[in-house]
Amino acid sequence: MAKASDETGSNRPKLALHVPEPRYRPGDTVDFGDLDISEPGKQPRPDEAAPAKETFPLCNDLIRVLGDDDKAHGPWDPRLDAETLRTMLREMALVRAFDNRMYRAQRQGKTSFYMKCTGEEATSVCATHALAGDDMIFPSYRQQGCLIARGYELTEMINQIYSNKADKLKGRQLPIMYCSKRLSFFSISGNLATQLPQATGFAMASASKGDSRIAATWVGEGSTAEGDFHSALTFATVYNAPVIFNVINNQWAISSFSGFAGAERATFAARAIGYGMAGLRVDGNDPLAVFAAERWAADRARANAGPTLIEHFTYRAEGHSTSDDPSAYRSAEEREEWPLGDPVNRLKKHLIALGEWSEDHQEAMDAELDADVRKAMKLAEKNGILGHGLHHPFHTMFEDVFEELPWHLEEQAAQAIRERQIKFPEDPAE
Amino acid sequence: MNDMNTDTAAKTPEAGEATGNVKHMNMIEAINSALDNMLERDDDVILLGEDIGYFGGVFRCTAGLQEKYGKTRVFDTPISECGIIGVAVGMGAYGLRPVPEIQFADYIYPGLDQLISEAARLRYRSAAEFIAPMTVRSPFGGGIFGGQTHSQSPESIFTHVSGLKTVIPSTPYDAKGLLISCIEDNDPVIFFEPKRIYNGPFDGFYDKPAKSWKGFDEAQVPEDYYKIPLGKARTVTEGSALTILAYGTMVHVVESVTRAKGVDAEILDLRTLVPLDIEAIEASVEKTGRCLIVHEATRTSGFGAELSAMVQERCFYHLEAPIERVTGFDTPYPHSLEWAYFPGPVRIGEAIDKILSE
Repeated sequence: MAKASDETGSNRPKLALHVPEPRYRPGDTVDFGDLDISEPGKQPRPDEAAPAKETFPLCNDLIRVLGDDDKAHGPWDPRLDAETLRTMLREMALVRAFDNRMYRAQRQGKTSFYMKCTGEEATSVCATHALAGDDMIFPSYRQQGCLIARGYELTEMINQIYSNKADKLKGRQLPIMYCSKRLSFFSISGNLATQLPQATGFAMASASKGDSRIAATWVGEGSTAEGDFHSALTFATVYNAPVIFNVINNQWAISSFSGFAGAERATFAARAIGYGMAGLRVDGNDPLAVFAAERWAADRARANAGPTLIEHFTYRAEGHSTSDDPSAYRSAEEREEWPLGDPVNRLKKHLIALGEWSEDHQEAMDAELDADVRKAMKLAEKNGILGHGLHHPFHTMFEDVFEELPWHLEEQAAQAIRERQIKFPEDPAE
Repeated sequence: MNDMNTDTAAKTPEAGEATGNVKHMNMIEAINSALDNMLERDDDVILLGEDIGYFGGVFRCTAGLQEKYGKTRVFDTPISECGIIGVAVGMGAYGLRPVPEIQFADYIYPGLDQLISEAARLRYRSAAEFIAPMTVRSPFGGGIFGGQTHSQSPESIFTHVSGLKTVIPSTPYDAKGLLISCIEDNDPVIFFEPKRIYNGPFDGFYDKPAKSWKGFDEAQVPEDYYKIPLGKARTVTEGSALTILAYGTMVHVVESVTRAKGVDAEILDLRTLVPLDIEAIEASVEKTGRCLIVHEATRTSGFGAELSAMVQERCFYHLEAPIERVTGFDTPYPHSLEWAYFPGPVRIGEAIDKILSE
C-alpha cells in the first residue's frame, strides 16, 4: 500500500473516517427528547400548483395535524367525514390483525417468510385513500396496507403467502410479493428501489397519452441510497412526471439505522430540493397528515404541476421480517419511547374525541377483524400451505418466462416432469 | 445495383410481407426505416435514449423521427441507463411498447438490474399480469478504434438471463425485419447492432479501404413494413466441408475467409441467440460433421461455449473433428492493439485448417 514519505505532508492533520453509529443499542436507555417534533397545525400549506420552492421549508419541518388533544389542527387538516375516518381506522386495524396472524402462521411453519408493517399502517392505508382507485401503485415490500385499502381479498393474499395451488402468482414469488393489475398494484420486486424509475415511466406514459392516471411509489429510507432513486427523481423532474415518491423513513433498514442512508446530514424530504421538486416531510404516524400530504401531491400531479417527494417520518415497531431479530442491534425501549405514538391508536382517539367512536366499538371491531382473518386463513389453507404438495403443476414453472415456450424450456419442462415420475413412481401425476 | 432503387417488387433473400418500393439502405437507414414504420403503425411505440431526439442519435439511427412523430414519442433522456430501462419497464406496464436506445452496449451495465431483475422477470413474477414489451437497441462490437468502452460484445451476459431474447442482425435487410419483429414481440429483447458493419460489410482486412453496402443484395430494403421471425437462422452459404456458426460482423469476416481459402463451408448466421434455431444448427452439423464457432466477444463463458456444448450434446455421433471456437481474447478491448485482439482472418483460417485436417 502506498505510504506518504516522511517529508511529504508530514505536518498535515490526519484524516479520520466517520462510520455512523445509532444512538441506542440493546440495553440502552432511550430518550427521544431532543427529536425535533413540530407543533401540530403550525405548518403552512402552499397551493398544490405552487412553485416547488414554496415547499422547501416543509422539507425540514414536520407536517402534523393531530394534536395531543386528539383534535385536528391547521391548514393541513383534510376535513374528512367520520365515515371515511372510520374506514381508514378499520383498514389499519385489519392490516395489524392480518400481520399478527400471518406472523404466527410463519412461526407455525405454514410459510417461509413474512413482513409486518406495525406502526407504519397509516403510510400505506391513508396514502392510498388519498389516491384515485385507478392510480398506479408501485409498492415496496411493506405496503400490504395499499392492497387492503383497495379491497383485495384476504384469502388471495394468504394464498400468495402460502404459495399454494390457488396462488394467483403460481407460487413463484416470495411471500408478500403481491401483484394485482385489477387493483392497479404493481408486482413487488425483492430488488430494492427498482420500482421508482418504473413508477416514473408509468407516469410519463400516462402523461404522454393525455391520460389522467398518476403513479405513486413507496420506498424505505435505506434504499434511497440506490442509484435507482436518483435516476427516478432525475427523470421525474426532467419530464415533470405525475408521480409521487413516498419515502417511508422508519429509522431502520434491517440492522442499519437511517444514518447509513445519510440521515445524519439531511432529511430525506430535503432530497427534493436538489431536484427542484416539491417535497413534504410528514408525521407518518398521523393518519390525517399522511392523507393530506398524499392528496396534496396527487392533486399537484394531476394538475400537471409535477412530482412530489414525501418523507413519512415513522418507526418500524417490529423486526424487518420473520428472519430478523431486532433485539440484536437496537434498544427495545425505542418502540415504547417513540414520540409520535401509534397511528391506529391516534386515529381511534381522534374519532372518540369527535364523538364518533368508542373503546367498545374498537374492541368489537378488533374481534370482528381477527375473526375475518382467521376465516380467510381457513379458506386459504384448503388450497394448501407451503411445502405440502398442493402447488401448481411443474409445467407452470416454465410458463411465463416468455410469452411462448421456446424449445429449450419445453425440453427442461419434460425433464422436470420425468424427475418427478422417477421420484414418485406410485404418484406420477403432477 | 443503384438502378434497383426504384424496383417495385421486393427482391430479397426471404419474401416477407413487404410490398412497395425497395431502396438501397445501409444498416443505419434500415434501422431508421424499421423505427419509422413502427412509429407510424403503432401509437404505443415510443423511442427514448441519450441524444436520439432532435439530434437523431450519435449513429443517426433515429434521424428525422422526432421531427416526424413529435417530442412525446421520440425524445432525449438523462444520462442514466438505469433510468432509461427503468422508465421503459414502467411504460410497458402502462401499455406502451418502448424502444430504448443505449448509446453503446458498453454503457448498458448501469441498467442491468432493471433488465435482469425487472424487465426479464416481470411476466414470470406477475403471472403475465404485467409484461415488459421493450426492445433495447444498442450498437455493439469493435473494429472502430473505440477503445475498451466503445467496443465490447456483451451478448452472453444477456443470453444467460432467463426471460430475455437476444437478437443480432448482420445485414441491413435483416436488421429491419428483425427489429420490427423485436418491437412487436411481447417479451423484452436485446437488439445488438454491430456498429462495424453499419455502413458496409467488413471482410476482416482492416488495412484495406472500408466497403459500403452499395451493390449488395442484402442492402436492398423494402421501405414498407416486413418481418423476419425471431429464432430463425439464415444460411449464408451452403456447403459440405464444415459448418460455421457466426453472427453480426463475424458473418462477413468468416465469409471472406472461406471464399479466399476456397473452403466449401456452410455458414449459418444465427441472427437470434435466444431463442436459438437449434434445428438449423443440428441439420447443418449432421450434414458436414465439423463445426467452427466464431464470435468477437471474449472467450471464457462466451456464447460460443454454449453453442459448443449444444452441438456436442446433440451431434456428437456425427462429429468427425473436435468443435473449434474462434473468439476475441479474454482481455479488455485494447485501443492500439485492436486488430491483434480481433478474431480476424488469420485466427479463423488457422481454426478452419485445424478442423479440416482432423
